[in-house]
Amino acid sequence: MTTPAKAGPAPATPVTTPAPERLPLYREMRRVRTFEERVGELFVRGESAGSMLHLSIGEEGAAVGVGTTMRDGDTFTTHHRGHGIFLARGADPRRMMAEIGGKETGYCHGKGGSMHIADMSLGHLGANAIVGGGIPAVVGAGLVARRRRSGAVSLAFFGDGAMQQGILYESMNMAALWDLPVVFVCVNNQWGMGTRIDQATKATALHERAAAFGLRAETVDGVDVLAVRAAAERIVGAAREGRPGFLAIDCYRFFGHARKDKSPYRTEEEEAEGRRRDPVSRARDELLAEGVAEEELDTLDREVATEMDAAIDYAIASAEPQLDSMFRDVFAPDQPEPEPVRTRIDRVLARD
Amino acid sequence: MPMLTYREALNRAHAEALRADDDVFVIGEEVGRYGGAYGVTKGLIEEFGPDRLIDTPISEPAIVGTAVGAAMAGMRPIAELMYVDFLGMAMDQLCNQAAKIRYMFGGQIGVPMVLRTQGGTGRSAGAQHSQSLEAYVMHTPGLRLCMPATVYDAYHLLRQALEQPDPVVFIEHKGLYALREEVDLDEPPPAWGEAVVRREGRDGVLVAYSRVVHHAMAAAETLAGQGIEVSVIDLRTLNPLDFATVRREVEKTGKAMVVSEGPMTAGVGAELAARISEECFDFLEDPVVRVTGEDIPISVSVELEKGSVPGAELIEETARKLLA
Repeated sequence: MTTPAKAGPAPATPVTTPAPERLPLYREMRRVRTFEERVGELFVRGESAGSMLHLSIGEEGAAVGVGTTMRDGDTFTTHHRGHGIFLARGADPRRMMAEIGGKETGYCHGKGGSMHIADMSLGHLGANAIVGGGIPAVVGAGLVARRRRSGAVSLAFFGDGAMQQGILYESMNMAALWDLPVVFVCVNNQWGMGTRIDQATKATALHERAAAFGLRAETVDGVDVLAVRAAAERIVGAAREGRPGFLAIDCYRFFGHARKDKSPYRTEEEEAEGRRRDPVSRARDELLAEGVAEEELDTLDREVATEMDAAIDYAIASAEPQLDSMFRDVFAPDQPEPEPVRTRIDRVLARD
Repeated sequence: MPMLTYREALNRAHAEALRADDDVFVIGEEVGRYGGAYGVTKGLIEEFGPDRLIDTPISEPAIVGTAVGAAMAGMRPIAELMYVDFLGMAMDQLCNQAAKIRYMFGGQIGVPMVLRTQGGTGRSAGAQHSQSLEAYVMHTPGLRLCMPATVYDAYHLLRQALEQPDPVVFIEHKGLYALREEVDLDEPPPAWGEAVVRREGRDGVLVAYSRVVHHAMAAAETLAGQGIEVSVIDLRTLNPLDFATVRREVEKTGKAMVVSEGPMTAGVGAELAARISEECFDFLEDPVVRVTGEDIPISVSVELEKGSVPGAELIEETARKLLA
C-alpha cells in the first residue's frame, strides 16, 4: 500500500482554482511575509529579545499550503524557523511579536521567545531550538489520536537540516510501523545555517528516504502554494485514514540563518536566483493575470501592513515579565516554586 | 604585550595545534567554511583545508562518535558541538562511549579527543541555547573538564587539552568570546589541572570558574573598597580538580563561597561546597555558601535571563553578609 515516491518536484499545478478562493491564500502568505519583515524591524529597533531570529521569508508557500489544511483538533510541532507556519494556523501576530520581544503578553510570557512560540489551544505542541527535537512528539500525539479515535492528524514541521538527524528516522519508522495519523513536513529551504543541502547529504531526493520506511511521500514546489496545498491535502488526508506520510517542500531561504548572518557562504547570484522563487509575488502575479484588480491587492497588502504594524506596537508597549515570574511554571501551578538563590542565602546566613 | 580576544586565542590555539600535529583535525557543524557559529575556527580552512576542518551535517551523535572512533584509531580529533545544550543529543557517545572505553576494555585503549563547545547565558538565546551543563560532564567518571575564564587560559588550556590521553570536554562561555585582554602567550602556563588564585585576601575565599570568575573579581574589587579582602580562585579545570589550592585558601580564611552560573541543585557548586565542608571542616567558621544560577530553565526575556544567574552584585552582597 505504499505509494511509489515521485521522482522529483511535481510540475506546476495549472491554475484551475478560481481567484476568489485563492485570495485568502495570498492574504495568508502576505501576512507571513509582512510579519517576518516586522520581526526584522523589531530587531533593528533593539526591541527583540536577542538576535536569534530565523525568518521564514521565502517559505510562505509551505507555511500556508500546509498550515491551512489543518483542522481543529490536529496538532503540530515546528522548528526554529516556524513563525509562518504558526501564523498560517491562526496565531495572533501581536502575541507572537510580544513573545519575540520577550514580553509578558507573549504566548509564553517571555520565557520561550522566537524559537519556542507555542499555543496549545491551536494544537501547537511547540517550536523547537534543537534540530529535530520536535519530531518524535507527533508520533506520540498520533498514537493518542489513533487510540482515542479522534480523527486528528499530527504534523511535524522541520527544515532540511533535520533530515540528517537520527531521531527523524526513528520517528518515521515508528509512525509507519504503527500506521499512525502522522505527517512529516520538511521545509527544504536548501540551507542549514551555512551548509547547502548537497553539502549535507548525497541523497537529496528527500522523499525517497521516507518512502523507504513505508510512508506516502512526495516532494512539491513551494513556490506554488496551490501545488503545496494539493499535495498537503493528499498526504494529510491519507494520514487521517491511518496512512502516515511525508512531504518535502522545495523553497529558498531568502535571508541569512539568523539576523546577524549575512550569508557570506553563498553568492549574490545564487541569492538573486533564489529570491526569484517567491511564492508571494507569484501568487500576486497570477491573481493579477486573472483579472483581480491591482487596487484590491494593494488594499489587502495595506490592511496586512496595518495589522502587523499594530503587532509591533503591541510588543513594544507590552511590559517585561515580573522578575519573580521566572520561578513560575518550572512545575505545575499547585506545586511549590523553587526557592530563589537570594532567599536561600539569607536564610542560611541568618542562622546563629 | 599584544591584545587578544578569547575568540582569537582559541583560534590561534587551533591553528598552532593543527600546524604542530598532522593528526589533529576539527570536526563539527559549520566549523570549516563558516568558521564556527561563534567564529572560533574562522579562516582555518584556508590554511588547513577541508580534510582537517570537517564540516558535518547536523548529526551531533555521529559528530561525537566519529571523534571517538578517530581517537581510538590514532588521531587527535577536536569535535565541536555548537551549543553545550546539544550535549543532550550526543550524550550517549560522550558518556557511554568516550568516557567508558578505557575502563570497560580493561585499559587497552584510550580516547584522546577534545569535545569543544560553549554554554552559558547572555544572548537571549532561550531555554535550549543558554544552559550551563558542566555538572553533567563532571558527574561522569572518565571525562576531563576544562572551563577557561581568561584569554590566556583559552589558549593554553586548549593546547594542554590536546595533550591529554583521555577525553576532555572543553566548555567556552558565549559571553566571553569578545573579552579582550593583554596577554603574553609565551609565558609558561600553570601545569594541567592547577587552579589559579586570581586575587589574594585574608577575609574569605570565592571559588569560581568560567565567566563568573570575572563577576567574582569585580565583587572582590568592590569589597576591597569597603575594607573586605577576599581571595578569588579560578579553578580552570573541574576535572582534574585542584582541591589543594581551594583547601589552602579556605584554611587561611575560614570562610568560603562557591560561585557558578549553572543551577544550584546537584551542581558544581554543590560538589565544591560538600568537599570544602568535609575536608576543611575544622577551619570553617561559617557554612559554605553557594552563589549559583536559579533552579529554573533560562528565559528568552532579557530581564528574566539576567535575573536567573548570579552577577557581581549578588556575589558582593552575599560576601558582605557572610564576612560581616
